[in-house]
Amino acid sequence: MSKFLLSNTVTSIQPSGIRKFFDLASSMDNVISLGVGEPDFVTPWNVREASIYSLETGHTAYTSNAGLLELREEVSRYLNRKFQVTYQEDEIIITVGASQGIDIALRTILNPGDEVIVIDPCFVAYAPLVSLAGGIPVHFSTSGKDEFKLNIEALANTITPKTKAILLCNPNNPTGTLLEKELLEQLADLVKKHNLLVISDEIYAELVYDEEYTSFANIDGMRDHTILISGFSKTFAMTGWRLGIVAAPTEIISHMLKVHQYAIMCAPTMSQHAAVEALRNGEADVQAMRRSYMQRRNFLVKSFQEIGLPCHMPGGAFYVFPSIENTGLSSEEFAQELLIKERVAVVPGNVFGECGEGYIRCSYATSLEKLIEASKRIQRFIQTIPMVEPVGRI
Amino acid sequence: MNEKEIQLLQCIEQNGRLANDVLAKMIDVSEEEIIGMLNKFEDDRVILQYITLIDWGKVPIQETVTAMIDVKVTPKRGVGFDEIAEKIYRYPEVKSVYLMSGTYDLSVVVEGKTMTSIASFVSQKLSTLDSILSTTTHFILKRYKHDSIMYDQKEDDKRMVVTL
Repeated sequence: MSKFLLSNTVTSIQPSGIRKFFDLASSMDNVISLGVGEPDFVTPWNVREASIYSLETGHTAYTSNAGLLELREEVSRYLNRKFQVTYQEDEIIITVGASQGIDIALRTILNPGDEVIVIDPCFVAYAPLVSLAGGIPVHFSTSGKDEFKLNIEALANTITPKTKAILLCNPNNPTGTLLEKELLEQLADLVKKHNLLVISDEIYAELVYDEEYTSFANIDGMRDHTILISGFSKTFAMTGWRLGIVAAPTEIISHMLKVHQYAIMCAPTMSQHAAVEALRNGEADVQAMRRSYMQRRNFLVKSFQEIGLPCHMPGGAFYVFPSIENTGLSSEEFAQELLIKERVAVVPGNVFGECGEGYIRCSYATSLEKLIEASKRIQRFIQTIPMVEPVGRI
Repeated sequence: MNEKEIQLLQCIEQNGRLANDVLAKMIDVSEEEIIGMLNKFEDDRVILQYITLIDWGKVPIQETVTAMIDVKVTPKRGVGFDEIAEKIYRYPEVKSVYLMSGTYDLSVVVEGKTMTSIASFVSQKLSTLDSILSTTTHFILKRYKHDSIMYDQKEDDKRMVVTL
C-alpha cells in the first residue's frame, strides 16, 4: 500500500524499540525476566470470582459510558480514602486501562501544535499519545545524579506560550522515583503561574514504601489544574482486565466523556464488576503485595550496590533503575549481552528517553527466588567485564 | 516486638531456607542483626521449629494415613480441657490437638501407617481415656492445600517476557 494513504502522524511514530529484544528473549529457554512491567501476583480470587458471578447472572450488556455508577461511587470513596481528594461520581470515568485515560485526556485538551512536556525517562506511550492527539511532545530530561527528581527551575525554562500541559508519572516508571510533597508544591506554583494542566499518572501510587504519598490533585489549588489518572492494574494485580480511572473537574471530564463515548462506548462490564469487589474487599491483598514488593526492592537495590552497579533506593512502583555506566557498555549492549550470556532480561534505559542511557530498568515483580538467582547471574556477568570505574561507588 | 522483627518472622514462615544475607537485604538490617533476632526468637520459643512441607503422596514407600478426630469430653473442675488435651497430645501418633468451639470439644489429628493402626489407636487408647464421651473419625482422602500451599499448583508465569 502506498504511504500517502496513511496518516503522516502515525507513520512518523516509531514502534517501541524493545520489539527486537523481546523476540530474542522469547526465543530463549531458562530466561529470568526482570523486564516485565506488571505484577507477578495473579488477581486475588475474590475479585476474579466477582467477575465470574457477574457473568453467571447475565451482566453482559454495556454499562453507562462513564462506567457503572456503583463502581464510580466506590472509586470516589477510594480516592478520598487513599489520596484525600474529592471527586463526585460524575467527575470520574472508568477507562480501558490508564493508557486510555491519558489518551482521552490529551485528545480533550490539545489543539494542533500545543506542547505537552513529558518528563524523561518515562513510560514509552506518553510522547506517541501526545503526537497522536495532535500535540507536540517536548522532552524534559531528569538526571540520575539527583535520582531523577524534577528540577523545577530547569523545567520552567522548557515552558513556552504553546505549553498546554505537563505529563507527570508519580511514582515513576521506569525509575521508581517518588516526588515528595514539597517538590509537587513547587511544581504547582509553576502550573499556576503559567496556567497549565497536569495529567498526573498515579497508577503506581499505592505502591509507595517509605513515606506518605501525596497526590498532585491534593496540592493546594491544583484540583482544577489536574487530570488524575489511576487504575486497577498495578494495585490490584489486574493488568489484563484493562481498567483505568480518570478523575477531573466537571468542566474537563464532561468533554472527556464525549471522546470516551464515541471511541469505545464503555469499559468491559465484567471487569467493572470485578473492580467493585477489589475496591470493597481488596485492602488486605494490597497490603500483603506492597510488603512483598518492598522486601524485594530492598533486596535488589542492595544486591546491585554490592555488585558495583550504583542504584538509588526508589520510593515507589516496582522498578529499580541502576546505572551501568561504569561497565563502559551502552544500555542496549548491556541488556543484550546480559541476555545472551546469562539469560537475564532487563530493559535498556534509553527506551524510556535519552537520559535513560547508561541505566537499565529491572522489575522486582518477580519471585524472590528468581531475584536471588538473577542477581547471582548479573554479578557473574559483571565480573567478565573490565569496569571503566572502580566498582562499589554509589 | 518491632516491625522489622515481624517482617523477619513473616519471611521465614513462608520460606525457612532464606539465607541470612538475603533476609538482611530484604528487611534492611545487617546480617548480624538477623542472626541476633533469630537466636532470640529461638531462645524465647517464638520460633519453635524449621520444618519442610513435603507432599508424601509423591513418595510411594512412605504412604501414611491421616485422620481428623472430633472428640467430645467432660471438662474437669480447675483444669478445664487442658488435662485431657495433654493426655491426648502426649501420644506420638497425635500430630495436633485443638480446642474447638461448636458441637465437639477437641479436634485431634492422628497420623499412622495404615487405617488399622489409626482404628486401634482410637478404640484402644483414645476412647478409653477418662472423660472422653465420644469420638468421630474422619480419614483424609486427598490433600489439596495445606498451610496456604496448593499441592498441585505448578509455577506458571503467564506474563510476556518483556512488557513496558
